[in-house]
Amino acid sequence: MAKIRVETTINGEATEYLCTGQQSLLEALRDELGLMGTKEGCATGDCGACSVVLDGRLVSSCLVLAAEAEGRTVKTIEGVAEGTRLHPLQQQFLEQGALQCGICTPGFIVAAQQLLESHPDPTEEEVRFYLAGNLCRCTGYDKIIRAVLEAAAVLREQTT
Amino acid sequence: MTEPSDRKFKQIGSRPIRHDGLDKVTGRARFGADFALPGMLYGVFARSPHAHARILSIDTSKAERLEGVRAAVTAADLPDLPDEWMGVTEGGTCPSEDSQNVLAREKVLYHGHAVAAIAATTFEIAREACGLIDVEYEVLEPVLDLGRALAPDAPILHENQAPFGDEPLPQGPTNIARQVAFEGGDLEAGFARADVVVEGTFETPMVHQGYIEPHACVVDVREDGTSEIWCATQGPFGVKRATAMIVGCDANGIKVTPSEIGGGFGGKLSVYLEPVAHVLSRKSGRPVKMQMTREEVFRATGPTSGARIDMRVGAKRDGTLVAAETRMAYEAGAFRGSAVGAAAMTVLTPYRIPNFKILGLDVVLNKPKAAAYRAPGAPIAAFATESLMDELARRLDRDPIDLRLQNAIEEGDHAKYGPAFKRIGLRETLEAARAHPHYRAPLAANQGRGVACGFWMNGGYQSSATVSVDEDGSAVVRTGSPDIGGSRVALALMVAEELGISVARVRPFVGDTDSVGYCDPTGGSRVTYATGMAVIEASRQVIEHLRARAATIWGVGLDAVEWQDGCAVATKGAAEKGSLPLGEIAEQMRMTGGPIVVSASLSPPAAGPAFGTHLCDVEVDPETGCTKVLRYTVVQDAGKAVHPTYVEGQFQGGAAQGIGWALNEEYLWDEKGRVENAGFLDYRMPVASDLPMIDTVIVEVPNPLHPYGVRGVGETPIVPPLGTVANAMRAATGVRFYSLPMSPPRVLEALESRQG
Amino acid sequence: MAPSHFEAPTDVEAAIALLSRRPGARPLAGGTDLLVQLRLGAATPDLFVDLKRIPRLMATSLDSKGLTLGAAVPAAEIVENASIRSLWPGLVEATALIGSSQIQGRATWGGNLCNASPAADAVPAMIVCGAKIVLAGPGGEREVLIEDFTTGPGETLLERGELVVEFRVPAPAPRSADAYLRVTPRSEMDIAVVGVGVQLELDREGRVASARVALGAVAPTAVRADAAAEALVGSRLDDAALDRAAVAASTSASPIDDRRGTAAYRKSVVGVLTKRAARIAYERAQAR
Repeated sequence: MAKIRVETTINGEATEYLCTGQQSLLEALRDELGLMGTKEGCATGDCGACSVVLDGRLVSSCLVLAAEAEGRTVKTIEGVAEGTRLHPLQQQFLEQGALQCGICTPGFIVAAQQLLESHPDPTEEEVRFYLAGNLCRCTGYDKIIRAVLEAAAVLREQTT
Repeated sequence: MTEPSDRKFKQIGSRPIRHDGLDKVTGRARFGADFALPGMLYGVFARSPHAHARILSIDTSKAERLEGVRAAVTAADLPDLPDEWMGVTEGGTCPSEDSQNVLAREKVLYHGHAVAAIAATTFEIAREACGLIDVEYEVLEPVLDLGRALAPDAPILHENQAPFGDEPLPQGPTNIARQVAFEGGDLEAGFARADVVVEGTFETPMVHQGYIEPHACVVDVREDGTSEIWCATQGPFGVKRATAMIVGCDANGIKVTPSEIGGGFGGKLSVYLEPVAHVLSRKSGRPVKMQMTREEVFRATGPTSGARIDMRVGAKRDGTLVAAETRMAYEAGAFRGSAVGAAAMTVLTPYRIPNFKILGLDVVLNKPKAAAYRAPGAPIAAFATESLMDELARRLDRDPIDLRLQNAIEEGDHAKYGPAFKRIGLRETLEAARAHPHYRAPLAANQGRGVACGFWMNGGYQSSATVSVDEDGSAVVRTGSPDIGGSRVALALMVAEELGISVARVRPFVGDTDSVGYCDPTGGSRVTYATGMAVIEASRQVIEHLRARAATIWGVGLDAVEWQDGCAVATKGAAEKGSLPLGEIAEQMRMTGGPIVVSASLSPPAAGPAFGTHLCDVEVDPETGCTKVLRYTVVQDAGKAVHPTYVEGQFQGGAAQGIGWALNEEYLWDEKGRVENAGFLDYRMPVASDLPMIDTVIVEVPNPLHPYGVRGVGETPIVPPLGTVANAMRAATGVRFYSLPMSPPRVLEALESRQG
Repeated sequence: MAPSHFEAPTDVEAAIALLSRRPGARPLAGGTDLLVQLRLGAATPDLFVDLKRIPRLMATSLDSKGLTLGAAVPAAEIVENASIRSLWPGLVEATALIGSSQIQGRATWGGNLCNASPAADAVPAMIVCGAKIVLAGPGGEREVLIEDFTTGPGETLLERGELVVEFRVPAPAPRSADAYLRVTPRSEMDIAVVGVGVQLELDREGRVASARVALGAVAPTAVRADAAAEALVGSRLDDAALDRAAVAASTSASPIDDRRGTAAYRKSVVGVLTKRAARIAYERAQAR
């Protein structure tokens, strides 16, 4: 069967790929486009490692069909830093030691960035509940939550 | 060598940004599934739908005829291997069984046991082909719990296998694979002197490490039979050895490149994919990629044992422990080799108990073969011990920390398994916990506080490291120890400390099996300790070279050159020469004898154990049985914290895994032995909103075996939480919980039966 | 395994035509259940019909009569809508409990209902709000009460070629309010072991004039617990009334043991949640 041709915008760039009807956006990003920063932890929407932003909404790319991205915009971990400037979340993850193995890190950063765009001054509890769909098995979340709260403070300072 | 206790460190104990961090926060870092080769095929397993069955036949011919299929493999493609146990008290392995776990032979022994695999041009085709494999089974009764496994009329998993280990061994057919026993003093006389005896039977379910990255590899076998393997593993040299053994090829021809590894906790020490991908690649002449689904990870990798522990402990009225006895049965899963040996070594060790008897049973049943999980066996054992210590404190109306301090082992005391301890920090962690504000904070209704201790031996094993100096005065440190939690920056800190250069000028590197000296796997909390010692040794030899080069440049004797803060400093009548920084010596390497590259290797016989004491506050909803962890504090002896951020991270991560184990995690099986919750949704590991911040206190009682006093810190943090949480639940509800997990339905049932 | 096709129609008629054409066609809204089933091999659609490019299924309209909400509107959009939140706080609480932030970005009321899990969080909350759905199919459109739509686990009134187009939630009466509570072992990322929705309308004296109670995860479908609701009517939510309601809710539950909880546990907790949700709904109604 002929593959489906999809035109979409990924991290601000017009992109196209071919996919099958069953292929997930996660598979298209990784296998068709080589964007390996988005990780597969479960493929059933339960771990958040494949988090991307689709048309402004945080989603698990494993639960989006690749064909659905036609005409839409996708942001992945590869689009978080601006040129050579790390996003404050990335910087705080480094400074707070908010990663150990690092497999969950891209998903956490993509999700946390989405949180901070709508909630610039979240409470610890809000951060914990917003990020409850991102599993981390190494850190016990402590340093991740601190990094997000600290990055929020940095971002607030930058905008005032 | 400077004594650990009085050395003033300049960089050890600082918190630099880890070298591999940038790639991990930007998505560049390459993990197991991120590798690809041109022309690669995709391998998929066909797995058993039965938990226990005899394989009558396997026919892959229909599958092989499917368009796009390039190769099939079954156990018939693998050589026969010796059925011998090779191991020590803590654990071991059996070549024949390792092979059977990778691909089943006469029998399938758990639901999901691999029976064949297919390589095809896409994963979809390979999956479809697996559905076309005909396997004829004779279904047998599955053995699904310890009670059934040990019953006189139980089906026997391995009919031809006799138990081994400490006598007296059971006679006749049995699912007991192995016994471990330790005894000391006179048990009956000890209990006769006891004024109080507490006892209980403790049960815990099989649980999984829960690393977020599923197992993945790419294997490329060349025309001459040599091969390359790229995979996520804790031990690349182990993958090389095991793959060669299972497929029956020359290990010399295999090169293993470890990727970044997305968590292991002991679960990525064993091989599941690599030998199978190797055969598929050899047969097809193409590189083969295999990666597990999350469901496969749960069904067919190596969780840790479920267990049943009977224990009784006797004490005098003044709190002195006088006797303890325990019988521990651990589920090995399909093949022998549970962590019951390590459990027996750790179970009663934190306390002075003159009269004791410990018996450990390794029991096979129809569940996946257990693998290592962070301090294997010890958390379950400590759950029993620490619950009974808590009960004893209640019976004697004693503060639980005071009671533990009264009985805590110290330097010179013997472990229950024999050797005398050198300097250890159990007492110090108890005192620090008692002094912590958490211990005195007020509690409200339905809230309770628990305390418990934990101990892990830690590993030494073999390590190598190479330190080289570049022309620009920077350094590279190469090891074969995969970095799971920040060990590269810790090793780089050691080089920086020794050479006296910035840690940013040290590049740590984890090499493939052809580019670095042999290292045993990342496990046993050994990398910062043992690989670190090799790094320190190599760095010190580099300094000797640098001194010699400076002496050459200055034309003075070696004894007139000292090394201080990254510089060669002239002394002893040559002081007018001043000093030469490392960078300037490096610039002149070409003229003074060439590149400076030093390797060091070692095999420390012991490691220096780590003790911890945890505090936990919970609140239990008396109407729903739901538990909230309100506050958690980890106190642990790190010996010397090399990079405190990642030491704290180990403390916090271990505590979180332990809290999950205590409250919600468990494998659920149906009556046929099928896993009912083989996914993250229903396996229920803690999520961010389940946990509070986890406070940490790093106690530093230097390890006399390490030049900086370092102790491994990775495993101990998961040992106390099961008991800590259970003791907090006891305080909050008045109910002693003897079995895990303490999930809402079980808690509510216990509360209702208390009221009724 | 046959390859799947993918279509993204832009109007309801085209969607119906596509769904009617193939027996293996499945409508795709948020995909958070369907694509999981696909990955686990439990569903093998030969055609995905993406509903998210049909304007009517993505529309929200709120007026004095109530809310009309497209079946493919993502949960996050519902939860972010301050007007919906203030009018139906319980329904929004239930909607916000459907999965993680990532799932919220995709999951829909249409999917939560059509997946027909007895544990669906939004369904008891919709039932107590008196919500209806509009179904469209080859034979035209029809309106169905939510409580009548699900007939068993995974089973609904949907006929071949038919799809859920929109939800209609009547405006709450004066001095009325809703609430939804559930119990899960984890604080998030979990499936309700028990869920309870309550809607109460008060008279001017603060007595319960009318009540609706619906229970999730304690029967093959979400069910109304009318006896529990009746126990509250006429009361000011005193302990005796609440106890009667709790017993009635527990009695009307017919749960099973499964991997998420035991029947005994569900029986016990459904009463507790009925009381707690009733108290919340009562406070909210008083404040209106």
